[in-house]
This record gives sequence, C-alpha cells and structure tokens, in this order.
Amino acid sequence: MTQRLVVIGNGMAGARTVEEILARNGDFTVTMFGDEPYGNYNRIMLSNLLAGVESEEGIYLNDLAWYQDNGITLNAGVRIERIDRFAKMVYATDGTATPYDKLIIATGSYSWTPPIKNIHNPKRGFHQGVFAFRTLDDTRGMIRYARDHERAVVIGGGLLGLEAARGLQNHLSDVTLLHAMGHLMERQLDEKAGHMLQASVENKLGIKVITNAMTTEILGKDRVTGVKLADGTVIPCDVVVVAAGIRPSTQVAADSGLTVERGIVVDDQMRVQDEDDIYSVGECAQHRGNLYGLVAPLWDQAKVLADHITGRDTEAAYTGSKLSTKLKVAGIDVASMGLIAPETDDDEVIIYNEPKKGVYKQLIIREGALVGAILVGDNSKAASLIQSFDRVQALPEERAELLFDIGGPAGEVKPEDMPDDAQVCNCNGVSKGAICGVVNAGCKTVSGVMDKTRAGKGCGTCKPLVQRIVEWAAGGEAEEDPAASWYVPGVPMPKPELMAAIRKYELKSVSAVFDKLVAGGEHDAKSKMGLASLLKMMWADQYVDERDARFINDRVHGNIQKDGTFSVVPQMKGGVTTPAELKRIAEVAERYNVPMVKLTGGQRIDLLGIPKEQLPAIWADLDIPSGYAYAKSFRTVKTCVGSDFCRFGVGDSTALGIAIEERFQGLEGPGKMKLAVTGCPRNCAEAYVKDLGVVAIDGGKWEIYVGGAAGAHIRKGDLLATVDSAEEVIRLTGRFLQYYRENANWLERTYAWVPRVGIEKIRAVVVDDAEGIAEALDAAIEEAVQAYKDPWKERAVPATPGQFRTSLPLTVLPQVPVRS
Amino acid sequence: MTIAPIAKTILGPIDEIPFGEGRTYAVGPDMIAVFRLRDGSLRAVSAVCPHKGGPLADGQIDNKVVVCPLHLYAWDLSTGCSQSGQPPISVYPVRVDDGHIILGD
Repeated sequence: MTQRLVVIGNGMAGARTVEEILARNGDFTVTMFGDEPYGNYNRIMLSNLLAGVESEEGIYLNDLAWYQDNGITLNAGVRIERIDRFAKMVYATDGTATPYDKLIIATGSYSWTPPIKNIHNPKRGFHQGVFAFRTLDDTRGMIRYARDHERAVVIGGGLLGLEAARGLQNHLSDVTLLHAMGHLMERQLDEKAGHMLQASVENKLGIKVITNAMTTEILGKDRVTGVKLADGTVIPCDVVVVAAGIRPSTQVAADSGLTVERGIVVDDQMRVQDEDDIYSVGECAQHRGNLYGLVAPLWDQAKVLADHITGRDTEAAYTGSKLSTKLKVAGIDVASMGLIAPETDDDEVIIYNEPKKGVYKQLIIREGALVGAILVGDNSKAASLIQSFDRVQALPEERAELLFDIGGPAGEVKPEDMPDDAQVCNCNGVSKGAICGVVNAGCKTVSGVMDKTRAGKGCGTCKPLVQRIVEWAAGGEAEEDPAASWYVPGVPMPKPELMAAIRKYELKSVSAVFDKLVAGGEHDAKSKMGLASLLKMMWADQYVDERDARFINDRVHGNIQKDGTFSVVPQMKGGVTTPAELKRIAEVAERYNVPMVKLTGGQRIDLLGIPKEQLPAIWADLDIPSGYAYAKSFRTVKTCVGSDFCRFGVGDSTALGIAIEERFQGLEGPGKMKLAVTGCPRNCAEAYVKDLGVVAIDGGKWEIYVGGAAGAHIRKGDLLATVDSAEEVIRLTGRFLQYYRENANWLERTYAWVPRVGIEKIRAVVVDDAEGIAEALDAAIEEAVQAYKDPWKERAVPATPGQFRTSLPLTVLPQVPVRS
Repeated sequence: MTIAPIAKTILGPIDEIPFGEGRTYAVGPDMIAVFRLRDGSLRAVSAVCPHKGGPLADGQIDNKVVVCPLHLYAWDLSTGCSQSGQPPISVYPVRVDDGHIILGD
C-alpha cells in the first residue's frame, strides 16, 4: 500500500534521501517542506557563487521540474512549526496540516551568531550590513551589498569564514578575517598547519588575518562603520560577515517532544529514538553521539535510511563515518583527517615543513595504521592518504612515500578532475570516459575493466590511475577480483598452490593443467603462455611442449611487428661482434631486401620486416644463434668496453658480460630479463637500471644490483652484494635468476618483484642461504642452462606443418614505414 | 553474429593445421583463418583483425576465442563478436570431410 512520506527540510540531506528512496522504487507519495523558496541547491557551492566562479543555475541539484517529474509535492518557503507524533501530522506556519505515515526530519543547521553587541537591529533582524553565510538569500544579499562598499570583516576563521573572505575579495578590495581562536581551522589543523595556512592567506591572497580576536561590538548606527575587539582595537569596515559556525536545527523536533541532545538522537537505521515512523538525517541528526557537517557521511546515512524505509534492506545500518576533508580553502590546498595531534607516547608523528612554499604535512601513525593527517599547500597525496585512513591499510615501510611521490611521476591525478576524453592509457588509447562506461555497464573490477578496454595492458604504468578511476566510477570502492591473485587468469590458483598441484599430479603439458585443475576442463587462450613458461621452468626437458601454448613469437622465434612481419636479431654477446659477422649480416640484409637494419637498445643488430616464410632461410644464411629478442626470457647483457680500452675502467666488463650471456642465453622466466655489466661506476652500460646489473668498483670488486628498470617504469636497482670475483658474480646471478623464476608472478618484472619481496629477504636467500635452498637453486639453474638449444636450428625441419606459412592476408596491411 | 555466406571450397588436408593452431587460406578475394580446436572441430573467421590488421591465424586460441597477436584483443570464434569492444569479425561455415577442410555449406 502506498504510504505518505513527509520530509521536513529540502536541503542536501532531505533531497538526497528522497533520491535514494526513489532509486529503490519506494512506494510512497512524497511531500517535502523547505524553509527556502527554492528547489534544492548545493550549499557547498555558495562559496563559488560568492567568488563569482559559479552561477545560480549552476548550484541547483534538483530544479522544480524534478519534483514534478517524480510526483513530489514541494512546499517551498513553508516552515513546519510542530509535529504531532501521536496524530501523525505536521503543522506549518501557514496554518496547513499534513498527515504522514513516515516522517523524515532533515532540517540541517543554521548559522550561529556569537553574542556581539549591536549585531541585531530590533526591527530588521541583523544590523544592516551584517550577513550570515548559510543560504542562497544570504549570499545574494552579501553580493549586492558588498558591491557598493569597500571594506569587509569576516568573523570566523574556519572553513566557511575563509571561503567567505576569499569570495568577498571578488567584490571589494579590503578584507579582514577575525578568528577567536589561536590559529585558523583549529578543528581540522594543528597549530603549525594553521599558521602556515594563515601565512598563505595573508601573503598569497592579501587577506588580513587577526587571531585571538574576540569581536565584542558592531559599530555604527544606521550603517556599519566598524567592529570592536575585546582588547579595544577598532577595525573600520562597511560589511560584516558572520561565519562563526553552525548549529543543528532541532527546534521543531524539540518542540514536538522528540529526543534531542546536541542533535536529534537517532539509531543505526537513522530512526529517531523511541519513534517507529520518524527518521532524521544530515546535520541535525546525532548518531552515536556524533554530529556530522560534511556531505560524505550524509550520503551514507541517506542510503541506509532509504534501504531501511523501502524495505530493500531493513537491517541496513549506519555505523558512523571517519571524517576526512580535502579542499581548496580560499584557493589553498588543505586536507585533514582523523587526529590532529598525537594522543599517546607511542603515536608516530611524521612532519614535513617547508614554510617558504607554504607546504606543511603531518601524519600520525598508530600501530602501523594511519590515524590522522594534515596537509596544507600540497594535496597531491591526499587521495591515497584518505584511502589508507578509511580502510586502515598497511602503510609502506618507507613512510616518506606517504607524503611524496618518490621516483614516480609527480602529482596524483584525481579522477573527478579529469575530463571524460582525457587519455588514461597512452599505449592503448583508452579514455576516462571509456573506463567509466564499462564500470557503469556493470563491470566493477579493475581487472575486468582492463580486459574489456585494454587500459593498463600496454606498458602498465597507468594501472594505478585506472584503479582510481574504476573506484571513483564505482562510487568509492571497486569490487575485489578473486582472480587478482591467480598466476594466470584461467586457472584459479596463486603461483605456489599452482606449482604444488602441478607437481602433485605431474602435469607436464599446458592442456593437462587445464584438464586437471580447471572446473569443466575449460582451456583459456590468455593463460597458455604463462603456463608454458612455468611448466618449462619446472620440468625442463620433461616438459611436454604443445606448440599452440606458445605465443606466435615463441612459435617462430622472432618478434611480430605491426605489419605481421617479424624481426630477426642475431646473437651478439656483450655487444661484441667481428668484421666477418658484420659482413655476413650485411650480406643477408641485402640479399633479403631487409627494409630496415637497426641497432637495438640491447647492443645488437635488428633486421626488421622479415616475412614469416623467409625466417628459416634467413637464419640459415646468417648462421648465428638467436639473440632472443622475443620471448619472456633472458635477453642481453649490455656492456661498456671496460678495462680493455677505457682509461677509467676498473673491471673487464666486456669479458664478464659475454660470460654471463653465454651461460644464461635463452633462459625463460616470468618476464624479460635484461642485464648489464659496466666497467666502472660511470655506468656507461646503464647497469644500475637493469634487472640485474654488475658494476666494477676499484679493488677488483663487483657490485651486483637487482630490480632496476629504465623502461615504462624507472627504478634504480637495489644492491644485492659486493663480491670479489667474476665467478662469484656468475654464481649469484644464476641463483638470483632462478629464485626470481620460481617466485615471481607471470609477467612480473624484477623491478616489481624485488620491492615486493624485499631486498633483505632476497639477499638472505641468494647471498646468505638463510633458507638452505641455495644448492637447489644452483642445481635448477644448471639444469635449465644445460637444456638450452638454439631455436633457430628448427629451420631445417619445421616443428609443425605450416610453422612458417604466412598468416599475412594478401590484402595490403598498414605498412611499417621504411626510412632510407 | 554474422555467418557470412561463402561458396563451397576445399581448402586442403586437415593435417595442415596442428591442433590448437590456425592457418590462413586465400579464398577468392577473401583471406580466411581456419582454426583447429583441441577438441578437433574447426572454426573459420576472417583472417584480418579489424582493429589494426593483425594476422589472426597467428593468434592463440582456446575452445572459444582467438586472441590477436598484435594487441591481444579477443573475438569469439563461433559468433565473431569482440570481447573487447572492437568491431566483429566474420565467421564462415567450415567442416572436415574425409580428411579435408571444407569451407561453405
């Protein structure tokens, strides 16, 4: 049966709650009463209206048509003065009485006026020239009045006062802000941050700020001429704006006999204490002793109330909100959450202070969790801090990462600030709008969105941003994807479990894994390559090679290019070649009309644009082993000339690089392995940014760095060990690579794996043999090394029928441009 | 889904295609990729990826989809529908008869 729902209050809380109820198809006829003669508008935007950056039309949340369209009776400008909770009626000042079955009180707050002599005019309410800053009418009046005057005083140095002061500057030239407390925004900021904000407000905005300023009197009879402070100071002015705080509007509730303490007392369903059919939501509601003056808690309350009242989920419960704010206060970034000062001796306090720039950051950490943060002047880390604060996430060991982007790109982009057509994934050209479209269509997992749009599937650097956008578009939280921990998407197991199952059932081929470990035996194309790599690592020569499990590159041992041709890269260990080899490569290039000959970043020669069917012949003519420029495998060892010719080289990097490459050539792994050896710390071979880089240092020693990267991601490797001999370098290299092969996730490069596992742990296992597995690692890598066969020898007899047959359509494809 | 009509053509012996792989055949003006699934059945689709012209026969498959080797977009082998918001590809009737691949009805 349709029930009568009456809502007292047509502000953000009341209207939002009705929206939520409508969204749940609640069976109600809705009548709303609002004090103000308008539809509902976004009160937060009044600051923007005052500052002239927003128009009145722009601040409406629902215009009058919305009420009509949804069959809501709106009594705008009608005030309810009494509720009869026994007769279930509300009485308005215009004499009307309206019955209800369910009642929602969302009367919000009013602007509080401190006791100041002469602030009221007995006939007119406020003295002419004195304004509150709470409603659209307040703002309109203020703008009208300020335009014709020159000097304004704002009373109140909280958020609203700062916004008012900033906005008034748009209309007059001289603004003074008075704050009764010792520093600005004392509820959100500690003293240092408050002073920092004050300095920015004064120096950057030119607003005069006086703290500890107790206003006692408004001066002037017919019009305001100034204000007087407790210490006798007189500040001449024409306009006074009072923004000293808000108080919950509870009068009607209290007059009607409802339980009111500081606010209207409600339970976890937002039901007024001891009432069955009366609810309260928003700033006027007191929940578990707390009053909330921010929108985020209000949204949560509205949802719970709507779930409950519509019967969608009668058990829905609001359990309170953790408060965080992230704003531009008067044009200056400010964010605050949780505690503003430590409470116990064990609370960790981390402070960064850069007064000249107006930057101040403070974190309070308790038992490894973020319990408070203040940011002034730089909000770039606010989003991630709020996330840590809300969800009590584990914090990075390097606490500085919480405050700064270390090594990464500066500044975190906020999804809400991005235009829809902003490109998020620069590899696959995916826009923010495309991601939101997929989320809105119901796909709310990050990996699901990545699959559908391919965003984040190129170089991968945009993944964190993709995640933030998905979370934002999903309304705060993305759904957990159970597959996130799986080694490959088609087999529901993380790597250690998967390896254990493979060993237990002796699964030696990719199809055997699917048949045994996937429900219904369903095969998955996107999982094949990862499984093939894993099985080959685990079983070495016992691995049953199914060619269809290989990616095309690994089937024909070349790297597929955008036009479907392949690139051929002969081995050139350590970047060293001979005139005879060079000649041979040149002759082959000429003979096959190779469209482009290019030096690679790994010190080799790339013959680009080779049709698949020509591969066997070109390999035969080259008669050089494969340089492995395609697989997820050991690629090259970049070297400098080292001690042979270099005046500075202290170690024979060339010889060591060649030795390493000879030993580990073709070794497959979860990701590419790019190495380097450099003959001195000048680093000509860029060894600090390789998966494994070796640096010769004075005294015949070598440093080994691991987990470096200089691709889409940039990271300096961590020092694994300093050793005395080339043999020791080779031994530790093999052990490290094997440990990586066995433990990293599929496609997880060392630059992600090393920091994930931690260099201390890796050093303990690889160098100090803390787990007693060093011998096993050495044996496993030896077995893998012995299994190496040059894949280009496959040329004589194809491994499968048509292995090298063209798959190129005869139609013209986009051609790779050829440079002359 | 679009099953494109095509004249009956004998493409060649089934042994030309290893299990789990695909090969491209020229049929008149069309290039058609034929895949032999691990369950032994065949699928035939247009050979060119509509995204950037990739050779689909070089892609990896399972019993449902083909993944283009260039940018890893996936299409359903039975319907031609994209799983990743790309235009669909054409699918063609294909079967094995007496050890030969027969395209068309």
